[in-house]
Amino acid sequence: MRSPLGRAVGLGSAKEGVEHWWLQRITAVALVPLSLWFVIAIIRLVGADLDSVGDWIGRPLPAILLVLLLIATYYHASLGLQVVIEDYVHAELPKLGLVIVVRLACFALAVAGIFAVLSIAVGMSS
Amino acid sequence: MRSANRPLSPHLQIYRWQLTSVLSILHRAAGVALSAGAVLLVWWLVAAASGPDAYDDVEDFLGSWLGLLLLFAWTVSLFYHLCNGIRHLVWDTGHGLDLRSTYIGGWLVVGGTGILTLIAWIAWIATWAS
Repeated sequence: MRSPLGRAVGLGSAKEGVEHWWLQRITAVALVPLSLWFVIAIIRLVGADLDSVGDWIGRPLPAILLVLLLIATYYHASLGLQVVIEDYVHAELPKLGLVIVVRLACFALAVAGIFAVLSIAVGMSS
Repeated sequence: MRSANRPLSPHLQIYRWQLTSVLSILHRAAGVALSAGAVLLVWWLVAAASGPDAYDDVEDFLGSWLGLLLLFAWTVSLFYHLCNGIRHLVWDTGHGLDLRSTYIGGWLVVGGTGILTLIAWIAWIATWAS
C-alpha cells in the first residue's frame, strides 16, 4: 500500500531512516581504539601530580585523542540512553522530556570536556 | 482454546536464566554505568583546567574507597561493553548468529572482560607502587 514516492524515499512511519543505528555503530567502532588508548594512558598517569597531568593533556596527540574520545563517547551515550528511555518509559510526556534532558546533558558535558582540554592545550602553547 | 495452551511471556521469578539473555541486559546496564562514568571524565578534565584546588577534590574522591570502587566498576563495565560491543558488531555483519556461536562468543566476552580487567588493575597497582 506504499506510494511510489514513499517507496523511493524508503522511510516508514518513524519518518527517519537508519541514521540512529548507523551512527551508534560508527561511534562504537571509533570507541574501540579510543577507549583502549584512554585506559592505557590513564594507568600511566596514576600517581602523577597536576603539573604532569596538565602537561600530558595539553600535548597535541593526547589533546586531539581526548577531544575525539569525548565526541564519540557522548554521541554514543546519547544514542544508547535514548533507546533505553524509549524502551522503559512508556508515557509519552515523561519519555519525551527525559530524552530531551539526556541529549542536552550529553551535549553540554561533551562541550565542557572539550573546552577543558582546549583551554589546557592553549594555556600551554601561549 | 484453553488458556494453559497459550504461549506465555517469560515469568521472571521462575524463568531459567541463560548466558545470552544475561549478557544482553548486562550490556545495557554497563552502557548506562559508563554514561555515568563519562561524567567523571569531564569532571577530571574540567578540574585539571581549573587549577590545584579543584583538582585536589577529584584526587581525594578518586583515592577514597568509594572512588576506587567506582573506578573498578567502571573498568569492568568498560571492558565488558567493549568486548560485547565487538560481539554485537560481528552480529551486525550477519555472522555468528546461530545458537552455538552466541554461546561461544558469550563465554569469550566473559573471559576477555576478566582478563582485561585483571591486566588493567595489575598495571594500575604496579604504576602506583613504583
